[in-house]
Amino acid sequence: MDYQAKRFAHQSRADQTSASSARHPVVIVGAGPVGLTLALDLTQRGVHVVLLDDDDKLSIGSRAICFAKRTLEIWDRLGVGDAMVAKGVSWNVGKVFFRDAPVYSFDLLGEEGHRRPAFINLQQYYCEGFLADAVAQEPRIELRWQSRVTEVINGVDGVSVKVETPDGTYALAADYVVACDGSRSAVRKMLGLESRGQTFRDRFLIADVKMTAPFPSERWFWFDPPFHPNQSVLLHRQPDDVWRIDFQLGWDADPEEEKKPERVRPRVQALLGPDAEFDFEWISVYTFACMRMERFRHGRVLFAGDSAHLVSPFGARGANSGVQDADNLGWKLALVVAGRAPDALLDTYASEREYAADENILNSTRATDFITPKSEVSRLFRNAVLELAKDHPFARKLVNSGRLSVPATLRNSPLNTEDTDEFSGAMVPGAPAVDAPLAIEGNTIWFLNALAADAFTCVHFTGDDTTVEGTDCRVLSVDPAQPVNRILAARYDAQPGTTYLFRPDQHVCARWRKYDADAVAAAIARATCAA
Amino acid sequence: MTQLIIDPNLSHFDEFYEALIRTHQDLTPEQSHQMNAKLVLLLANHIGDLEILKEALRRARS
Repeated sequence: MDYQAKRFAHQSRADQTSASSARHPVVIVGAGPVGLTLALDLTQRGVHVVLLDDDDKLSIGSRAICFAKRTLEIWDRLGVGDAMVAKGVSWNVGKVFFRDAPVYSFDLLGEEGHRRPAFINLQQYYCEGFLADAVAQEPRIELRWQSRVTEVINGVDGVSVKVETPDGTYALAADYVVACDGSRSAVRKMLGLESRGQTFRDRFLIADVKMTAPFPSERWFWFDPPFHPNQSVLLHRQPDDVWRIDFQLGWDADPEEEKKPERVRPRVQALLGPDAEFDFEWISVYTFACMRMERFRHGRVLFAGDSAHLVSPFGARGANSGVQDADNLGWKLALVVAGRAPDALLDTYASEREYAADENILNSTRATDFITPKSEVSRLFRNAVLELAKDHPFARKLVNSGRLSVPATLRNSPLNTEDTDEFSGAMVPGAPAVDAPLAIEGNTIWFLNALAADAFTCVHFTGDDTTVEGTDCRVLSVDPAQPVNRILAARYDAQPGTTYLFRPDQHVCARWRKYDADAVAAAIARATCAA
Repeated sequence: MTQLIIDPNLSHFDEFYEALIRTHQDLTPEQSHQMNAKLVLLLANHIGDLEILKEALRRARS
């Protein structure tokens, strides 16, 4: 399927001709990776969704290409993970070079017992294409192409939206609007809101080239290589024999000149050799900024993805954090529109994802400062780190070519129930659940796939003779003595009797050494703002 | 005898590095040089062990 050539025509809707504007529980603006993911998530929780997109096509050019393990796990829950992974290039290993020598390599996963790799590389048009295919199968999502939002009125009782289409303008009313309309968000502008932060004085060139090349499926990063002195270069493999090469150009580069193929070709040849044969797939020159909106929620309008926050590309924290926004918002919005949780639950979408955005921006800013030193002394230290890194393991920890996307642990979330029992390990309240093999009823499956997609899950490690009953949650009983389950038990520091409560987005929200029905009910109430 | 630690030993690598570079912010190269010198002396005194310091000097020079 050539997703880049695909066009989606506008179709007239009943809304367009009816005298009074139709009211919808949720209208999403922007059918990119975030809007499409959120639409799928909401519909699988029983919510009817209208999804508006201003043009008639998917992403032009590869754009976001690195999709992280957590993103794949979210897409698994939505049923699109397999398509992504089957097409994508899976990778776990990164290599760093300084001048003409390899400095070190790292393995982002580093252990067995996970369904998904640390990352896949996949052109954004495939990602959007697979999501759009899944959306097309859902009768409760109306994806309306060529539908540009021209006015948003954020009222106390609802939002009214004006939509411009090739055959006229019409009005819509919504309980909630989610703006997933990207870094230049039109919705944000229409509400007079801003995203603020730091713009970096540097330019980068993306050359996506089609070629057969002998490089492995790894992330290769050069600091100051002989073929592109004083700057950095990043090489990544994509499906269909497409390779992403990202050249740092410096602030003084002329973006229009640098985009010309005759100008890019020698740069690529310098890396691959004078005889290398390749065709250009996509060329782009970009600058970037780290910024965010002060608040991701403004009454009945919520912001997700690039409209709410922006990072530098080093670390792949853009699209991945946007998908995590959708993951965080979906279950909360579904409970609120169904009247099963108070509106205040949506405030925690904002606070949790603002916290995550700060973490992403911090990591992204630090990587950028390492890659583009802003002073002589900063460059001096960076080069000293790189020189030491070859023989000094500690210095490798300081090398920062991008801290690659991992989901935030929402440690201070008001939805968490604080530990009252002793635990060790990473699965603290607020942590996104980590995967492991799970033996259950004679089959071995994956733990994350066993968590309920539409409810809280109470995971009980059996063996202490307690009987566990589900009330407002699904119950999953795990035998920690089963050999297959030992990895799971170790990752969760579980003993017989240990009980974890997971939110519908697979974050831990409470845990105990013994099951107590009242404690579980109280933790669910707390995690839904019903307490 | 204790040895110079070359395996990771810092608790927060990125935070340390950020603080290091931030402390140099707005200094002239001459002032940065001076600050680095003081920093080496402060840390040397904290470490105390001459053999370890000599090993660090050797590695930094090579």
